[in-house]
Amino acid sequence: MTNRILFVLMLVAGLTAPFFAYPVFVMDLLCFALFACAFNLLLGYAGLLSFGHAAFFGGAAYITGYVTKEWGFSPLLGILAGTGFALILGSAFGFLAIRRQGIYFAMVTLALAQIIYFLALQMPFTGGENGLQGIPRGELFGFIDLNNSLAMYYFVFAIFLIGFGIIHRTIHSPFGEVLQAIRENESRALSLGYDVDRFKLLAFVISATLAGLAGATKAIIFQFAALTNAHWQTSGEVILMTLVGGLGTVFGPVVGAVTVGALSHELSAFGSWVQVILGTIFVVCVMVFRRGIVGEIHRLARRKKD
Amino acid sequence: MSMQVILAQALLGLNVGVFYAMLSLGLAVIFGLLNIINFAHGAMYMLGAFIALIGYSFLEQWFGINVQIGFWASLVLVPLLVGLLGVLIERFMLRRLYALDHIYGLLLTFGITLILQGLFSNYFNVSGTPYPGQPESLSGVVNLGFMYFPTYRLFAIVFSLVVCFATWFFIEHTKLGSRLRAGVENPELTQAFGLNVPLMITLTFAFGAGLAGLAGVLAAPIYSVSPLMGADLIIVVFAVVVIGGMGSIMGAILSGLALGLIEGLTKVIYPPAASTVIFFLMVLVLLFRPAGLFGKEK
Amino acid sequence: MFKHWKQGLVGAVAAATLALPLTAAGALSDDKIKIGVLSDMSGVYKSLEGPGAVIAAQMAIEDFGGSVMGKPIEIISADHQNKPDIGASTAREWIDAKQVDMITALDNSSVALSVQGLAKDKKIITMNTGAGSTALTEEQCSPYGIHYVYDTHALPVGTATAMVKNGGKKWFFITADYAFGHSLRDNTGAVVESLGGEVVGNVNAPLSTNDFSSYLLQAQSSGADVIGLANAGQDTVNAIKQANQFRIVQSGQKLAGMLVFITDVHSMGLDIAQGLQFTTAFVWNQNEETTAWSERFHERHGAMPTMVHAGVYSAVTNYLKAVKETGTDNTDTVRAKLGEMTLNDMFVKGGKIAPNGSMLHDMYLVEVKKPSESKSEWDLLNVVSKIPADQAYISMADTKCSLVN
Repeated sequence: MTNRILFVLMLVAGLTAPFFAYPVFVMDLLCFALFACAFNLLLGYAGLLSFGHAAFFGGAAYITGYVTKEWGFSPLLGILAGTGFALILGSAFGFLAIRRQGIYFAMVTLALAQIIYFLALQMPFTGGENGLQGIPRGELFGFIDLNNSLAMYYFVFAIFLIGFGIIHRTIHSPFGEVLQAIRENESRALSLGYDVDRFKLLAFVISATLAGLAGATKAIIFQFAALTNAHWQTSGEVILMTLVGGLGTVFGPVVGAVTVGALSHELSAFGSWVQVILGTIFVVCVMVFRRGIVGEIHRLARRKKD
Repeated sequence: MSMQVILAQALLGLNVGVFYAMLSLGLAVIFGLLNIINFAHGAMYMLGAFIALIGYSFLEQWFGINVQIGFWASLVLVPLLVGLLGVLIERFMLRRLYALDHIYGLLLTFGITLILQGLFSNYFNVSGTPYPGQPESLSGVVNLGFMYFPTYRLFAIVFSLVVCFATWFFIEHTKLGSRLRAGVENPELTQAFGLNVPLMITLTFAFGAGLAGLAGVLAAPIYSVSPLMGADLIIVVFAVVVIGGMGSIMGAILSGLALGLIEGLTKVIYPPAASTVIFFLMVLVLLFRPAGLFGKEK
Repeated sequence: MFKHWKQGLVGAVAAATLALPLTAAGALSDDKIKIGVLSDMSGVYKSLEGPGAVIAAQMAIEDFGGSVMGKPIEIISADHQNKPDIGASTAREWIDAKQVDMITALDNSSVALSVQGLAKDKKIITMNTGAGSTALTEEQCSPYGIHYVYDTHALPVGTATAMVKNGGKKWFFITADYAFGHSLRDNTGAVVESLGGEVVGNVNAPLSTNDFSSYLLQAQSSGADVIGLANAGQDTVNAIKQANQFRIVQSGQKLAGMLVFITDVHSMGLDIAQGLQFTTAFVWNQNEETTAWSERFHERHGAMPTMVHAGVYSAVTNYLKAVKETGTDNTDTVRAKLGEMTLNDMFVKGGKIAPNGSMLHDMYLVEVKKPSESKSEWDLLNVVSKIPADQAYISMADTKCSLVN
């Protein structure tokens, strides 16, 4: 019930947002929300902490940027290309990382992501520190000009809803239930006959692909594929968003992304104090507020029922 | 390429390598004995360097205290202060998370890193402030024949090596060290023997933190002091610890030194790969010898 | 009766139509002028531009009277943190949602190129005072992009020419690995080779490098006469200091700081920096006019101005002049006026903004004083020679800008 209310709220907010706030800013929030949802699928539901998701987010942005700018792909095809790249990269990373458990798993993802980061820094087509600039917005389906802010916004919102929908379906499917069982008690799931590694790998690939979708979309919005998108600090930001919003809840990452994103934006005049504030929120969340905002909302809703 | 160039770059690589070794040593001590990933290790290194800088240049300006804490005093004072911070973090924050999934400990230390980095970024330039307190006795150069090498850097190398090996010896070959190891292997039994295990854990964490702070003081004259100096390093240090073996002290030291050398030589032979080579090695080790080159899998 | 009524109506409509353009031309969009100062406020380029640029812009507005045509002038500023994506998205928001009319500062060539490109699409004037890359007025020139203070062509014309003529024939470059560094190295290499010299090697260092020792030793073993530092700000200071520590200059090689600011010299100290030659557009104590302005600036900022700070003051002043003289903030109109004006103030004499955006003005070769020659904390430079505008900057006949050729 709570989830249904949250969904309606999210839909209404999303549809009316461009009239109340700067559309480009809301689009940025949507990308991070999708990124956080994808990350939450892996950590909150499968119990796997990846420190390298920025590789998918940033890498997809570069691919989308390149194919639309240099090869004239339409924005939709460009985004699909970037997402496809994330799928392939995610499969490769997943295959290598799944063999390891816990902290070693996180370390493998970090190392692999660092390699991608340095490749992004060195390869000529990425533009190194300058980034890939001048990515065209293009025309959707050949006739909707995406340079129009409203058109671009609803396109991005649609992408977000699709990605969100995929994650929602994944969580509430038999596959999703097994994932959660694995997170609770891996050896028991094994003893029940499930191919645990296969499930984990599939979760990883879905998560990576959708993170890539978010990055690819961001490239078209800002017409820029930046190196910072592939930096490990971006991986850290998304962890923060997921934690603040509520690990293992459906809407947590969305709320978290909006909260952290809005805070960073409104407080940007205060320079590095934003980092201090975000760090403090992080610490507070880890120590006493582990359920996150949405987690707390769920708990209050359950209390009310009784 | 001449022998001269190779020797010179190898020495520079060793220069970086001892810092890798000292930092990964601290991290390995904390992980090996306590099973905690201290993401804040880089921030503690940075904190050590800043305490030294503030103690030297800013006490009058900021607090009206007309005292200047010189380099030698900092070498003793700073590790104690950073260690004290370590005590506070472990006792009041980390301890409450032991019952939970390990990732919470990592996330906590990550949050602490953001706080420390953000705090110093407000007052100091992110690209670095020079540390003017390098002692006169260590300024100047040593003529090594194939190059002139600043005396201070030579001192830093020797001092770091002594600290590293002293730590290893203490943990692996003394009674106190073996008690520590017992406490981690089997806390209930060790406690039953009358040893205060929680205290040992706190002190171990503090020791690791103090080591990081000490590395920061040593680094200040060479690398200048920046709020991001730890962030750039911590990821590499993770790689070093993983390659060496997450529980192995000697593994951390040797890997740190070796990787510094490899990175230094790669900078000359094929510069674009210099930053990546460590991560390639890390992936290889994780795939084929996940316990690390010198470690034992837990 | 009907005829008169129709005539009256036509007359009224005609009068109204004639009146419209006058109102539009005499109006400022949003009834104010807003100037954006986008700079590195916290990192490697903070002291050469940064918060000082905001002060310089404020001084320009105050000296102009605080308002133009009765309407207020506002400043908005932000830190781009040397990240082109942050620079571009900040500029985008300023233009879309904050009614910015002109953006200045823009140190860091990567940020500068991305913002200039964005401003070109959105028809906003940028007056770049901080970045160096010639791409701003050459390959990536824009009808609304102005490059005001210095560029990577002018710098080597001064510095490299002097050093090659003094015997520095073989050059090895340590290059900041991004747009500016590459541009500076390429332009310097071209000057060196045109004078009969040779580029024997190059090594790229990331922007904001703390430890140049490895790169300096490579330079040393290359056998070059001159080590060209194709970087700026904190990077240059670190490289020079470390070259000193490793006794590189004492061992026989010369250092060429291709872009040096007075704040760098002050930071290094005369003991290390003495004898260093470099090219600049402004020396604070060159004459009475510059000294008077600089001392006012020093009171508010705490340090003497770099050529960039003086450039911001001049650029903002001349922009406001152009707005006042045309009576509008319409981009095309103001840009055309700026191109017509001859610029004369404490920063520039006889300056002209060329069709490719380059502000053509004289440059100076300066040398750092010996400690014994310096009479005060900031008395650090001797002017060696003047480099006239037509030598320093690329001519309209040679420019690769598609707007001109």
